[in-house]
Amino acid sequence: MRQIETSLITEKVAGLCMESNYFLCKDVKQALKLSAEKEVSPIGINVLNTLIENAEIAAEEGLPICQDTGMAIVFVEIGQGVEIKGGSLTGAINEGVRQGYKLGYLRNSIVEDPIRRKNTGDNTPAVIHYDIVMGGKLKITVSPKGFGSENMSALKMLKPSDGIEGVKNFVIHSVKTAGANPCPPIIVGVGVGGSMEKSALLAKKALLREIPNHNPDPFWADIETGLLGGINNLGIGPAGLGGTVTALAVNIEVFPTHIAGLPVSVNISCNATRHLEVIL
Amino acid sequence: MISALEISNLKAGDTYKYSGELYTARDQAHKLLVEAICSGRRLPIDINGAVVYYAGPCPAKAGRPIGPVGPTTSGRMDSYSPILIGHGLKIMIGKGPRSEEVTRAIKKYKGIYFAAVGGAGALLSKCVTSSSIAAFENLGPEAVYRLTVKDLPLIVAVDSEGRDLYEIGPKFYATK
Repeated sequence: MRQIETSLITEKVAGLCMESNYFLCKDVKQALKLSAEKEVSPIGINVLNTLIENAEIAAEEGLPICQDTGMAIVFVEIGQGVEIKGGSLTGAINEGVRQGYKLGYLRNSIVEDPIRRKNTGDNTPAVIHYDIVMGGKLKITVSPKGFGSENMSALKMLKPSDGIEGVKNFVIHSVKTAGANPCPPIIVGVGVGGSMEKSALLAKKALLREIPNHNPDPFWADIETGLLGGINNLGIGPAGLGGTVTALAVNIEVFPTHIAGLPVSVNISCNATRHLEVIL
Repeated sequence: MISALEISNLKAGDTYKYSGELYTARDQAHKLLVEAICSGRRLPIDINGAVVYYAGPCPAKAGRPIGPVGPTTSGRMDSYSPILIGHGLKIMIGKGPRSEEVTRAIKKYKGIYFAAVGGAGALLSKCVTSSSIAAFENLGPEAVYRLTVKDLPLIVAVDSEGRDLYEIGPKFYATK
């Protein structure tokens, strides 16, 4: 068995929380730059240039890109040959979040009860998704998720007869309804298939895909391209103030589903899309 | 403060650089302010003619007045804003569209709603020259901060005549 100490996991998670918040993903930054060349709205160009400058200031000065340093979404792939030493894995991850948000001057945005709303004061707990995989490694991805965009996400259980048109209409409808709120230009994560919660998780995982990569299945890659065009024709534009660049990418992930069902989830991510991983 | 004349001259789509004082307030602060108004209590801040910025900052690093402080989604404040506007609030800064009720109140009371660029919190924080907590300290990032800003870059989203850039802009660029 490969042994990994919880203290190492805590240290790595703390670092990932800070770095992911300070440095805009390279592919997102590149996509913003390309968008600034394509955009036709003067206000839209101004917004895109502001976002690029903001990312540069954040990186140079060690500041979070955005004040919404998010709820810490953590994806863990743990090899079957890994033994965690020194305590609970979940505990070690949450301790890493606690330390990273404090040391990194990140905002504490978590309330302990959704109705009574008292701040937990250390941005814990994280939302952690575990996958057990083959091998002797541990992969941890931290994706701080802002809620301006999270709030604009949607899920629908379509009928099989709704088909691909139903999926496309639901994605377009969700982005149109979201409008300016999720801080466009956005990345649109779509999960199709599985069960209700599986489609939502697929949509979230789709946001981790690097731009401009497509789904490896040409059928779905075409749908992605078509949807990106359709979304950018909506006119929402950068910051939602009008323009031709509303989304940077549409990423679809799919999973087998039930003969009676066609679940579709849309998870939207903002112009400050952040994620970073480490493999131990 | 921005004078009534200046407000009336600004049109949806104009850029503007604000220098002066403002208060940050978001969800829970709005709820508490409106509860105070409804029960006839004195407000902990004077909102008459004030500038309110929908934002909750990151903690300040040593030597800085504040951490990143970009706008949050204004729509979550829509159910509270008409009451505050009715009690003298004139100027709001945030991001995203407002409800019809808010736009109507802005027009009626000759106020203005500015958009700041969502996602540009680091850049916007560099416009802040001083910061202190003005109310509801126990709310942490949701407390009301009194900020002094210099040249805060804004775009007029809803002007004093009720014209709404969030409606006009996307309509203009949508492919028919």
